[in-house]
Amino acid sequence: MSQVALTARTASKRGKRHANASGATWGSPTTYLVATVLIALCIAPVLYIVIGGFRTNSQITVDPSGWPKPWVITNYVQVLTSPVFWQQFGNSTISAVSTTVVTVGLALMVSFVIARYKFRGRNVMYSLFAAGLMFPLTVAITPLYLLIKNLGLTNNLVGIILPQIAFALPATVIILVPFLAAIPKELEEAASIDGASRIGFFFRMVLPLSLPGVITTGILAFIGAWNGYLLPLFILNDSAHYTLPLGVQAFSSEHSVDTAAVLAFTSLSMIPALLFFSIFERRIVGGLSGAVKG
Amino acid sequence: MSDSAEVLTPRSSGSQPARDGAHRAPSRADRPGRARADWRQRLEIVLLAGPAIIVFLTFVIFPVFMAAYYGFFKWKGFGVPTNFVGLQNYFTIFTDQNFLDALKHNAFIVVLSLVMQGPAAIAFALLLNQNIRGRSVIRVLIFIPYVISEVIVGTGWGLMLQYQGAVNTLLTNIGLGAFKVDWIADPNIAIWTLMVIISWKYIGFAVILMLAGIQGIPDELYEAAAIDGASYWQIQRWITLPLIGPTIRVWAFLSIIGSMQLFDLVYIIWGQYVASTAGTSTMATYMVREGRLAGNYGYGNAVGVAIFVISLVIALTYQRFVLRRDTEGALTGDSGKKHK
Repeated sequence: MSQVALTARTASKRGKRHANASGATWGSPTTYLVATVLIALCIAPVLYIVIGGFRTNSQITVDPSGWPKPWVITNYVQVLTSPVFWQQFGNSTISAVSTTVVTVGLALMVSFVIARYKFRGRNVMYSLFAAGLMFPLTVAITPLYLLIKNLGLTNNLVGIILPQIAFALPATVIILVPFLAAIPKELEEAASIDGASRIGFFFRMVLPLSLPGVITTGILAFIGAWNGYLLPLFILNDSAHYTLPLGVQAFSSEHSVDTAAVLAFTSLSMIPALLFFSIFERRIVGGLSGAVKG
Repeated sequence: MSDSAEVLTPRSSGSQPARDGAHRAPSRADRPGRARADWRQRLEIVLLAGPAIIVFLTFVIFPVFMAAYYGFFKWKGFGVPTNFVGLQNYFTIFTDQNFLDALKHNAFIVVLSLVMQGPAAIAFALLLNQNIRGRSVIRVLIFIPYVISEVIVGTGWGLMLQYQGAVNTLLTNIGLGAFKVDWIADPNIAIWTLMVIISWKYIGFAVILMLAGIQGIPDELYEAAAIDGASYWQIQRWITLPLIGPTIRVWAFLSIIGSMQLFDLVYIIWGQYVASTAGTSTMATYMVREGRLAGNYGYGNAVGVAIFVISLVIALTYQRFVLRRDTEGALTGDSGKKHK
């Protein structure tokens, strides 16, 4: 079964590569017209935020929908030189990076067991994580807050990182298992004949071969943690520990009259997630295509 | 356990000499070696699967059970809950007009999300799946709303949609001043405003899934159809659409669950109190307002459980319904015709 899946995937990949080699063509004008309208709708609000940051408050009051005239960079300079922004940026980075690394690491380990070990309870293990998709953070947030409070982890980044990992695990495991299951048994046997233990096989063969899945799940975990709002809202009360989403909200209520600064703060806080996603976008689609097939 | 030992046999016969050589263990009968391999496998399973399962059980499953427990108490969150009130919290929830309104809003959001995002997402995915120049740029740009956080979306749209904000000014400037409305506070309009923002924000995710589904379809099918002289639209209608059926169902499932849990956008744009008067409150904003902010942790937990049970019932019903439809389709048209 897994063999078939892998062959199908490589076959379709070969097909794609062939198509790419023959070169992308220009689409019809209608295609581009539709695409342009679509893009305009998608990015206009984002551009409003970014460009609004280059205006002054009086410009915004006179005509909220206008163009910067003249362009001012003081708002961005003000945010970029404020220690608050960098502290929250640092908190977000710590939270998102550790969530991503630990989630993917733990998920790879458990997915490896589910995909490649035969033992009683394997299906139970898989069902456990599949059922985890049914337990969204919203439902558990109140008791989770109490648990974190009892562990003494409120106002501590660890207090949001641990739950973030736990809630990112189900989706990560569900996406990774098919990748690991698709690695041919023959490879494992060959490695075993060459004297590699199953753990050695894990590091030398499984990790490189499941890289597309790892990247996909890693990006999703990173973006989820970077953008998370509900969990930090409950766990972090002290502005020194705020992540950027809380920071944006606090900044916009503190500076509610300083719209231009709010817009600058907001646009700077979205850069890392956007950057990350743009770099790996192609891989995300490729990584998911193995998982959603069933 | 016996089956695991059996499975191991072909492997261990191959790797046994190497391992024995390394450990300089005296090679004896087959039995201890097999037992050791079995034991080793168990150890590996525990070491590899243990950490993830512990973290998952501690921070996902345990809190949900605690919510069920706390939900039976009237409790302010300090010390051990002692004021057991049985099902009273649940009676309160389902007789509170605010919660019922929120539930109604959630239902509205579930249905409209499917109707508004589904067809559009499939169309966009087809558009983006064409091998045209500039495709990768178009893709990245279309996914931007999905990638930026709810807080940013909420802050940006909230500013734009103020009565004196960019949208209304723009409408006036292009001569459509008659359409100027209070997008956020008007109870007749607010929920539609929310739907537009939700669709804008989450359609990128639907498009990603659809694209992944489309790319999972073997190229051979398209080649065969092209040889048979099928047109582009025929190919999409008779090959792509049926074959991304599973993807569509997965997306619909995720979308329903997401709509039931909606919190961030409403909370940020409409705040804690305006949401109910503007008609956009959701079960989750109700939970945060009545639980955490009011300090009624017993009640807040009960609301969480209620949301979970409602979502679960809907999800299971959906799965049943979809599963039944799938089997009917698989068992030829006969059974379907009989029902008619």
